[in-house]
Amino acid sequence: MKRELIELRVNGRSHELAVQANALLLDVLRQELNLTGSKRGCDDSSCGACTVQLDGVPMLSCTMLAASYQGCEITTVEGVSEGGGLAALQKAYGDFGGSQCGYCTPGFMMTVRWLLANNPDPREAEIREALSSNLCRCTGYSQMYQAIRAVIEAEKKSGTVELAGATR
Amino acid sequence: MGKCSIIGKPIAMVDAAGKTTGAGKYTDDLALPGMLVGKILHSPYPHALIKRLDTSRARALDGVVAIVTGEDAPNQYGILPVGHDETALAVGKVRYIGDNVACVAAINEELADQALELIEVEYEPLPAYFDPEQSMKAEHELIHQNRPNNIEKDYHHVFGNPAKGFAGADYVAEARYVANEVTHAAMEPHSTLASFEIDPHTGKPGRLTVWSSTQVPYYLQHKLSLVLELPMSQIRVIKPLVGGGFGGKSEIIPLEIIAAVAARAANAPVKVTYTREEVFWAHRGRPRTIIDLKTGVKNDGRITAVTCNVIQDGGAYCSYGVVTILYSGALLGALYDIPNIRYDGYRVLTNKPACGAMRGHGTVNVRFAFESQMDEIAAKLNLDPAEMRRINLLRPPTVTVNGLRVLSYGLPECIDQVIARSGWNERKGKLPQGRGLGVACSHYVSGAANSIIRSDMPHSTVNIKIDRDGGVVVYTGAAEIGQGSDTMTAQIVAEVLGCNLSRIKVIAADTDLTPIDLGSYSSRVTFMAGNAALRAAEDVKKNIVSAAARRMNCAPEDVVLAGDRVGKQGPAWSEMSTQPADAEVARGHVDGQILRGSVLQTRKAEGARDHMSFEEAVVAAIDLHGGLTGTGSYAPPLAARGGKHKGAGVGPSPAYSYSAQVAEVSVDEETGEVTVHKIWAAHDCGRALNPVAVEGQVIGSVWMGLGQALQEEMVWKDGLVMNPGLLEYRSPSSVESPDIECIIVESIDPEGPFGAKEAGEGSLAATIPAISNAIYDAVGIRLREVPFSPERVLAALRAKRGARKIEMTEGIDPTQPATFREHGGSLWFRGQGPDRHPDDPARRAAAAGGAQ
Repeated sequence: MKRELIELRVNGRSHELAVQANALLLDVLRQELNLTGSKRGCDDSSCGACTVQLDGVPMLSCTMLAASYQGCEITTVEGVSEGGGLAALQKAYGDFGGSQCGYCTPGFMMTVRWLLANNPDPREAEIREALSSNLCRCTGYSQMYQAIRAVIEAEKKSGTVELAGATR
Repeated sequence: MGKCSIIGKPIAMVDAAGKTTGAGKYTDDLALPGMLVGKILHSPYPHALIKRLDTSRARALDGVVAIVTGEDAPNQYGILPVGHDETALAVGKVRYIGDNVACVAAINEELADQALELIEVEYEPLPAYFDPEQSMKAEHELIHQNRPNNIEKDYHHVFGNPAKGFAGADYVAEARYVANEVTHAAMEPHSTLASFEIDPHTGKPGRLTVWSSTQVPYYLQHKLSLVLELPMSQIRVIKPLVGGGFGGKSEIIPLEIIAAVAARAANAPVKVTYTREEVFWAHRGRPRTIIDLKTGVKNDGRITAVTCNVIQDGGAYCSYGVVTILYSGALLGALYDIPNIRYDGYRVLTNKPACGAMRGHGTVNVRFAFESQMDEIAAKLNLDPAEMRRINLLRPPTVTVNGLRVLSYGLPECIDQVIARSGWNERKGKLPQGRGLGVACSHYVSGAANSIIRSDMPHSTVNIKIDRDGGVVVYTGAAEIGQGSDTMTAQIVAEVLGCNLSRIKVIAADTDLTPIDLGSYSSRVTFMAGNAALRAAEDVKKNIVSAAARRMNCAPEDVVLAGDRVGKQGPAWSEMSTQPADAEVARGHVDGQILRGSVLQTRKAEGARDHMSFEEAVVAAIDLHGGLTGTGSYAPPLAARGGKHKGAGVGPSPAYSYSAQVAEVSVDEETGEVTVHKIWAAHDCGRALNPVAVEGQVIGSVWMGLGQALQEEMVWKDGLVMNPGLLEYRSPSSVESPDIECIIVESIDPEGPFGAKEAGEGSLAATIPAISNAIYDAVGIRLREVPFSPERVLAALRAKRGARKIEMTEGIDPTQPATFREHGGSLWFRGQGPDRHPDDPARRAAAAGGAQ
């Protein structure tokens, strides 16, 4: 299949790329831009490991055509870190054990980031509902809730996330 | 053990940042220049001879570099020395739908897929066996010629005197239990990248490097050597980050060898990554298990004897099967005091993907049966189920009737904890109709005391190198798969050396760099690799201590390493050790240490000191000894290696973890839906080296048990897996996952590193029976087949009311599963499967109108 030239804006930078019309966004991110943080866990948008944000909305990049998303602001997990350090959510996921094997974690980062941006103080049920778009096979999700709660509490006090050791 | 500074502290995993930022690399994230994509052609038949295989049209496609078939690597291998029955690609015969036939290496995935379409294969279908009880009757067209009646292995164990035990029983319970097949479904699909480098002396392809998603790098190196006929020294296996294993990556998966065979044929690096459907075909999960269990008890609840007959539907290859069927029997022991045991186990071959090791290997389904039956007996004898368990506790230290040595035993406290936390005594039996509580217990090995490959080699070895920069590099072959093995290793070394955790760099699982470790399976890493790390750290500490003693003019016994400092015991040290470390340490270097040579020389004028920084001590030690390395290894003690009977090698462990759980459920009697509200899980892990990691493992185990209990199931139709996707397999999402409260119980094992035992598997097995017992408490039905899907619950509720059976169960009472249904227990699919051979036993049965 002939390649065509497209322009994608990813994590605040523009990239001119030659891709096939049927190229999937996930493959373009991983193979053309070497942004391998987004993962392929299934092939049919059932697991959420490939979640990226398009204009702030979490979407499953494994079943989206790259060429259709020119002009959108695409954010991948590589765009979550702040100023060369961990964002509060990333730090909390580490401290509270929200990430074990880590394969699903980038997808969760994108989903939770959206949740907290749109609903700074979600109820338990709202957190569960938001997270149900992503599967994790290690954690049983419990420690993720603790991590998310810690971020919310820290945000309320506008301080930093406390170390796990200090809260236990 | 004294006070610890980093052991027992909840800390983030040392590799957490790579995972939360996406910077960490898994195998499929890697690429090499000139790398090709490998794609595998799979068998569409469950059992067939390959009459003709023509790859010429596919080879002619531009961009296809190589195609390999069974002839390219015909050597047999298998994870167990007794089960070498697999080839990388089928040689003459396929044995399950999804069996590997050929592999194409092409310049991109699209071309490789096109080439697969062009490979012509002519099959001659053979009768296929899908039901283990049918398969055991087979006399011809065997799945493997050297396995009569398609029985991979059977064991018949008698311990004590079961006949006498039953004769002395006041009550005997007997029932058949069935647990359907489940799989790991780790989030990362298997992936392998293989690359040969050219030997500078011969000019031909020489050393092979393989990056693979594996729990067992050393075994992979070993099997690659066997199949490729390369010396092990010419093979390097590197384990990048692994996206979960749960046992699914604890043996050699076909793609790991196929990638190397294809790379050899293509003269280029080849990466093969499974699709999710291929992961389901590769499988190696928990086999469907039929358990006929009989328990005799006294009126007070004391168990007098147990007989257990287990049939496992093993799939088409041995895999870990011989070990699985042995674990099912052996771990009847070491939880409760059972004086008399008879065990008959059959591992049966069928034409389905091979089953292997999965979290709680071999114990989970039998534990479901056992704990359910215990609950039935308690109800019959009007005993409190928790009390019945207390009556049957072991009295350690002890050796069980089947030869398992038990030292630390936190089960009594686990039971007390969950009973107290769940409000059992106040609430049990007093909840409204439809809501109930259930209790169950389980246990698991902290590593197998006998290795798969019989030898005297240590099970784990760890090396440590410390250099003048004060950095501590730890080399371990233990495979980090997300369970926290690297973090555990770093914590132990930092604790022994009294240094900051930030000094420790863990290099894990690269067979060129790291000493042999058997890998991450049977929950062995904390106990065995942890003990090896402890010994390596103590080894290197000796040299630091002797050099520091010289510098401080004191006896080596008076040297203390703590707080990132090395000091002389005494009042000055005691006072200082309460203060934060020196500024120079915090700054991370000592002036002139490396460029201007020895600190010993520059500081000579200062005279004797009573403490120094960790770096100063390291430099002193290197100057004195000429280098600073340490090594430590671990092999289980002889006393823990079990009895002498045939099959005694499986089950013994240096230590066992214990778990007790209470589940609170409600059952919707209209829809049959079971909702688990909360699970209290107490786990005796010996000592929690890192409570965050232990809780994560325990909660993860309970959650995975919950999935198996309520909704996960491999659904088969004539050997074809009908739900090979994460959505269809129904791994629980966050909205289906209950609140799980983890209670850590520390029994301090005398042989574990800092007293630690396993935490990653033992809790899984208790969850399923805790839920089934809670369902009984809620609505009075006994479910003897897992999963407790709404249709089974509904059918059991109707049976209890004496209502007409629901047609969808095909005349079978789900509460009394007498036999497997022809295609494996699914009630969901009635569609037409692939054409059957006229000799297929299932087809003959159907023609005779006798579809069981």
